[in-house]
Amino acid sequence: MPEAKLMQGNEACTLGAIAAGLNFYAGYPITPSTEIAEMCSEELPKIGGRFIQMEDEIGSAAAIIGASLTGRKSMTATSGPGFSLMQELIGYASMTEVPIVIVNVQRVGPSTGMPTSLAQGDVMQARWGSHGDHPVVVLAPGNVGECYELTIKAFNISEELRVPVILLSDEVIGHMREKVILPEAGSIKISKRKEPDSPSSYVPYRADPDGGVPLMAPFGKGYRWHVTGLSHDETGFPTNKGEVAGALIKRLMRKVEKAEPLIRDYATESVEDCDILVVAFGSSAMSATSAVRQARAKGIKAGLFRPKTIWPFPEEPLKEIISRTKRVIVPEMNTGQIVYEVERIAAGKATVEKLSKVNCELFFPEEILEAITGGQK
Amino acid sequence: MSEKKKRSFEHVIRERWCKGCNVCVTFCPKKVLSLKNGKVFAERPDDCIGCRLCELRCPDFAITIKERIAVQAESDSSCVDYAIPPEANHA
Amino acid sequence: MSENLNYFRQNRLPHIWCPGCGHGTVTGALTRALAKLGIDKNNVVVVSGIGCSSRAPGYLDFDTLHTAHGRALAFATGIKLSKPSLKVIVLTGDGDCTAIGGNHFIHAARRNIDITTIVMNNSIYGMTSGQYSPMTPTGMLGTTAPYGNVERPFDFVKLAIASGATFVGRSTTYHVQLLGDLIEKALLHKGFSVVESIGGCPTYYGRKNKIGGAVEMFEWQKDNAVNIKAAAAMPKEKLDGKFLIGEFHNEEAPEFTSQYIELIEKVQRKFDDFKGGVRECAQNSD
Repeated sequence: MPEAKLMQGNEACTLGAIAAGLNFYAGYPITPSTEIAEMCSEELPKIGGRFIQMEDEIGSAAAIIGASLTGRKSMTATSGPGFSLMQELIGYASMTEVPIVIVNVQRVGPSTGMPTSLAQGDVMQARWGSHGDHPVVVLAPGNVGECYELTIKAFNISEELRVPVILLSDEVIGHMREKVILPEAGSIKISKRKEPDSPSSYVPYRADPDGGVPLMAPFGKGYRWHVTGLSHDETGFPTNKGEVAGALIKRLMRKVEKAEPLIRDYATESVEDCDILVVAFGSSAMSATSAVRQARAKGIKAGLFRPKTIWPFPEEPLKEIISRTKRVIVPEMNTGQIVYEVERIAAGKATVEKLSKVNCELFFPEEILEAITGGQK
Repeated sequence: MSEKKKRSFEHVIRERWCKGCNVCVTFCPKKVLSLKNGKVFAERPDDCIGCRLCELRCPDFAITIKERIAVQAESDSSCVDYAIPPEANHA
Repeated sequence: MSENLNYFRQNRLPHIWCPGCGHGTVTGALTRALAKLGIDKNNVVVVSGIGCSSRAPGYLDFDTLHTAHGRALAFATGIKLSKPSLKVIVLTGDGDCTAIGGNHFIHAARRNIDITTIVMNNSIYGMTSGQYSPMTPTGMLGTTAPYGNVERPFDFVKLAIASGATFVGRSTTYHVQLLGDLIEKALLHKGFSVVESIGGCPTYYGRKNKIGGAVEMFEWQKDNAVNIKAAAAMPKEKLDGKFLIGEFHNEEAPEFTSQYIELIEKVQRKFDDFKGGVRECAQNSD
């Protein structure tokens, strides 16, 4: 029987990770993500997994990549400053195609900001924080239950596509307690990276140039392959050939682009006939849901689009809904990040309004409702 | 001493890997090696005492010293105590 | 004896290093030590950071990992903790290990994790063409120290011992037999073992400081290194301007990964009716 439990977002995230097969965690304490490290330190030894508190976040990212190369499912969790430190190695994991999951429980920035307060300012950093063109997948849970589900999904995508997946949580989602009904262990879909059969003909990075995912051999099994962050050819060794390096970047980017329809995840409410669409993610979406319902109660045709995959953005379904609406409101806890993606997708078909808030506290539903009702009180 | 059969060594040189840094030539205690067209070659192989310092120091993995086994097969480890120049014994 | 060649990816050679670069000598010494110990190459992982020395793994026929600048030991920590049965070797340079990677170095040493670290110290950043490093002696020239380095260098052996490394040795590329012996001992040591190899960068350090080429740099090592055993009997003034080589430290201490495995066993005994994780997910255990 599925059981209902009261838990925190960070706790749900840890349980989701363990359900997905997490057996290596490296991290460094940072508010508001620390509960994840604490729980992993307690739970992982019980299942023969490994926990290590590294000397900093760079070391944490490095250790989980190393662990993943031996075949483990590995994860770290952090927040703003630590996430900034990890950026170089997110690019490394993208380039070398080593599956890892990074949880970023966003807090107020820039710099140290307000460690225990809410912001959603890392949307663009999560996508483009590391230098160079690189693929990443970013998922944003909108409630505690989704911390569980999306962490599992993060592992699955990471293993299937061999990309780093970032779970973009935030202070409110991470610390809020909600009732969660966890699925039965057996009912959860769990993916594992595809491994080669034998070392004899293994070419580490051989894959369909059109976004193929190469097979990944675990270290210590006789494959004796080379991993480098330098531009490399299909053998894994460095190349100085521009066209080879270019083909690699294209394949890496294409890998995620091609998988987008499969990994795409979003929720909608009352979008069938909406004139005004609210696009919100994470904790902002909780207020937005309430605002949309209140607007409907007033007879206003409002709807909600809540992306759970933030990068790649679920462009196609949003485009379809926007084509039927007049106004789009984008509330977010930053000075405007996801709104530009929405504007791009709207492409002038509807007016897109930014509703930003950076006073460190969650939107009141009334604030979004006011934006919805706008002139038409 | 003179009764002991003189041991002889073969110098296997991988010219493609040699970068001609001259380290092996300079530090060979018997001046067996020299450079020709920027690559090492064994000019006086008969003088070689098999200390293998050239092989050990070569930054390019370009030299291997092989002992020519004349009569009795000697194990490689027996080379160790044979006339290694004092400067080789810094350990 | 050329069985050490079996430890190379011979099709990747010749290497990218300059003529007379000490890194080749160290890499050769490592392969000979591995061959002598008969270590199974399927059970070795070699990890490096960024820089000239960090290119070595590409030539070695193991599972090899060329990582980000300074981070080799952090990656290696993840690998070793994941799979303690693997022989994990880190090849790094003076800048990679003591500047950008200094924090990871002292913490790997503090944990006494069973990793062998070989530091190829050429006193300079070679890959970026000759800037001074934390191991460049005071007064020496680099492209970023055009008037001479005003900083004090690390004594790497002291740094390693103070940080908790349980085997520490130093040699030079000239004293290649000692180097090989130290690497062999380090590989056999259970715990964090460190071998510093002082070698030359003829292209940048040697030329910039008018020391000369590869041969002169080897000569310099010959003239300035004093074995720690010999030094014990020498008057202090004779050691002025010299540096010591040899085995500096060798102690037994609890090793991190075995301590962690013990912890797992202890925890699992405590939860002996445990069904495999908080969510009964047995697939996590290995």
